[in-house]
Amino acid sequence: MGDLNVKKVILEIISIVAPDADLSDVKTDVRLRDQLEMDSMDFLDIVMELRKRYKIEVPKEDYQMLASLDSCVEYLAPKFAALSPA
Amino acid sequence: MHYDAIIIGASMSGLAAGIRLAYFDKRVLILERHYAYGGLNSYYRQDGHEFDVGLHAVTNFCDPNDRSAPLSKLLRQLRLTREDFDLRPQSYSQIKFPGIALNFSNDFALLEEQVARQFPKSADNFRKFVEDLREFNDTDLSKPYASARKTLQDRLDDPLLIEMLLCPIMYYGSAEPHDMDFTQFVTMFKSLFLEGFGRPPEGVRKIIKALVKKYRAVGGQIKMKSGVAKINIDADRMRGVTLDTGETLTADNIFSSAGYVETMALCGDKAKQPPPEETGAVSFVESIAVLDTKPKELGHDATIVFFNNAKTFTYAPPKELVDLTSGVVCSPNNYQDHDRLPNGIFRVTWLASPSAWSKLSESAYKDATAQCNEHVLKTLNSYIPSGTERLVCTDMFTPRTIERYTGHRNGAVYGSPTKRRDGCTPIKNLYICGTDQGFLGIVGAMLSGITVANLHVLSKA
Ligand SMILES: Cc1cc2nc3c(=O)[nH]c(=O)nc-3n(C[C@H](O)[C@H](O)[C@H](O)COP(=O)(O)OP(=O)(O)OC[C@H]3O[C@@H](n4cnc5c(N)ncnc54)[C@H](O)[C@@H]3O)c2cc1C
Repeated sequence: MGDLNVKKVILEIISIVAPDADLSDVKTDVRLRDQLEMDSMDFLDIVMELRKRYKIEVPKEDYQMLASLDSCVEYLAPKFAALSPA
Repeated sequence: MHYDAIIIGASMSGLAAGIRLAYFDKRVLILERHYAYGGLNSYYRQDGHEFDVGLHAVTNFCDPNDRSAPLSKLLRQLRLTREDFDLRPQSYSQIKFPGIALNFSNDFALLEEQVARQFPKSADNFRKFVEDLREFNDTDLSKPYASARKTLQDRLDDPLLIEMLLCPIMYYGSAEPHDMDFTQFVTMFKSLFLEGFGRPPEGVRKIIKALVKKYRAVGGQIKMKSGVAKINIDADRMRGVTLDTGETLTADNIFSSAGYVETMALCGDKAKQPPPEETGAVSFVESIAVLDTKPKELGHDATIVFFNNAKTFTYAPPKELVDLTSGVVCSPNNYQDHDRLPNGIFRVTWLASPSAWSKLSESAYKDATAQCNEHVLKTLNSYIPSGTERLVCTDMFTPRTIERYTGHRNGAVYGSPTKRRDGCTPIKNLYICGTDQGFLGIVGAMLSGITVANLHVLSKA
């Protein structure tokens, strides 16, 4: 899965976890917590949705890797790549 | 049958925990002894009238744009929308003591202005105190107990103001006579005053139906009229449950909303039983008068009135059956957009003595409830002079009713005075959710179920 698609998947998950968040203008390098008023419960849910939808595991010590969209892509792209055959 | 989690009680906390777990693909079963959902906050039909057991007010009413408010968080966590609960705001409510009243609404400025006017000398202290409360992290599960009364005495100098603030907060969430935990006080202060009251025009059934529908939609299973007779333990681990029918089920985790003392009793002698003082003793009677017109038409427009008619305010189980000196008057019609309610409703709640009620014979019990209905008419008369002429019927419940339908000993509405904020019990995979975890009320109970499910199952990969 390309970086663009990973970004799309993350935004889709955020829209499920926090449907009341305004996602029209998310900056990729700013902490999601700051621009979308997301709390630790919301982050737990991003992790849980990744597991539910894609069987991707994010261990607790890596939660910080989900801080911004850029860091999400960097951290998750290899995990998504490992999922798709070839 | 084996489950990832068994939940005891189709209660607000049980359903919320169930939704979380089932949504994330856990095999979940809710077991409920009663035939109705909702626990302490259920609904019923009598003589063709719809009654809510509990619902005076859904606390924590907030603006949809306030994404960090507890109600918004709770809806997000349950994948529900604001429309699912359909809350409409109160008009205004009142704290009424002899010769003085403070009005408040979902706009905190009203209370602030009222305090400044009635207690000019305390106005500055009150403002500073409220600023600190806003910053206080009451969701920290590890905060130690501190006396709310003592903290208030240190911060606000007027004893009457302190009593007036404690009155609604204790009535809506203190399991402890005379005092309460300061953290609990802060949670309640925020939920009553800084946020506010709302109600669905359909009553509590709207919320319960939304929870049950969601729970089923995400694959949760539920068995009604299925009481848990025993929790089976083996050394310090829970293995499963035996139902009233004798059927046994096994599970990796149990979440119980039955109360701490009640849950430990289900574990039998092999588990360490809590001392008697951990059984809650604060309970209430409530009498409900149904009118053929709206209270507003007869001049009563407050949504909720917290009253105290005595010189001092006492929040404790009385010696006699009922303590009439203080209480709560709720008029659901006085929420906004509630015109579709077919009748006028006037409910009055008083502190009651669980032990006095439990001792009554059947005939003495009948007499006592009849007397309470007299009291509600007297109260109605003092708020709405022509109200009794418009009476259609009355109904009521007592600590006995509450115990019978929810299993909470003493009919203790706010459970044990000792809370277990992390939800843990001495048995490893047995957890407490709801009232005895410590988040109280309808919104509190749902947050409790969410918090405990997150903490003990979902955040553990
Ligand atoms: C009269 C009254 C008025 C109230 N008014 C308000 C209000 O206006 N606003 C507000 O926010 N809150 C109000 N509350 C409080 C609110 O209802 C409770 O805080 C909340 O519902 C508690 O939910 P809970 O999840 O702790 O579980 P509970 O409601 O205590 O439910 C426990 C459930 O477990 C079941 N159970 C127990 N033992 C077993 C067993 N062995 N096997 C199977 N099932 C079992 C019971 O049948 C019950 O359904 C009121 C309560 C009462 C009684």
